[in-house]
Amino acid sequence: MSAETMDKVDLRALIIATADTIVAHAEELTALDQAIGDGDHGLNMKRGFEAVRTEADAFAAKPLPEALKAIGTKLVMTVGGASGPLFGTLFMALGKEISAEPDRANLAAAFGKAIEAVAARGKSQAGQKTMLDVLQPVHEALLQGKTAAEITDVAGRAADATVPMKALRGRASFLGDRSIGHMDPGARSVALLMRAVAETIEGH
Amino acid sequence: MSNVGIVIVSHSPLVAEGTADMVRQMVGDEVPLAWCGGNGHGGLGTDVEAIMGAIDKAWSEAGVAILVDLGGAETNSEMAVEMIGEPRAQKIIVCNAPIVEGAVMAATEASGGASLREVVATAHELSPS
Repeated sequence: MSAETMDKVDLRALIIATADTIVAHAEELTALDQAIGDGDHGLNMKRGFEAVRTEADAFAAKPLPEALKAIGTKLVMTVGGASGPLFGTLFMALGKEISAEPDRANLAAAFGKAIEAVAARGKSQAGQKTMLDVLQPVHEALLQGKTAAEITDVAGRAADATVPMKALRGRASFLGDRSIGHMDPGARSVALLMRAVAETIEGH
Repeated sequence: MSNVGIVIVSHSPLVAEGTADMVRQMVGDEVPLAWCGGNGHGGLGTDVEAIMGAIDKAWSEAGVAILVDLGGAETNSEMAVEMIGEPRAQKIIVCNAPIVEGAVMAATEASGGASLREVVATAHELSPS
């Protein structure tokens, strides 16, 4: 992903690709959540991203910052659970910080601010077996100028790395040591989204 | 009504409604009161739009104190407050207190005309810091 290709990427294709991957993996996400949460993550995310996909044309017609804010609001209103405000905040905060035609530096900076907003919303930080454990390494990879394929790889490995972690936030934290040995569903969702974004940008 | 309003947000509509019943019976009708619970699709959970609606219903110029149960209720309530935005947002506080005891104690304090800060402080006293 070079600075030059960023503004040429089809926003509508990104929306469809991210929504499709969440919908396709809904059962897997639910299974992960059944192990350590309340078992609704896949269904909730599917409902939210289906709602986003339905309005893909309207979102794609907006400038990038406005589109991201609108998608975030839609996710807040449709996903439910704790994931709604967390994933919604990620998109809304990204929309607030990103420019209409972002280069790599602006994207990385905006992504960093969006992660801070998610951490504040969830009163969490990296290392607690949450979506932040994938967002943080992805941000570092963005700052280091890594390619889309490398970022996909970083995100996938970061999600895998939540397996041995003990949950310290969210419903999974009620389980204490029993949360160890399962991948965090929120972390898996972020890794899926990152792969969809990277593949869309690469295939451009 | 000039008394502080109380909003009850539970994952379960039965818990939210039952808590509101207890407030009404123990405290009376001097406090604007609203509740919401459930994910909007018939299941357990909380819903930002429903919380925003409950805040509107219990709105008072003196402010609104929100009592919540588990994590998602707190996160969604904070999201609702942010989406309502200023100037009203600064008059809405999500309490760190057990939902039933917190709602009854906060409403009792509010019914005497206490400020939002006093109402919230009363609820917080129930939580071991």
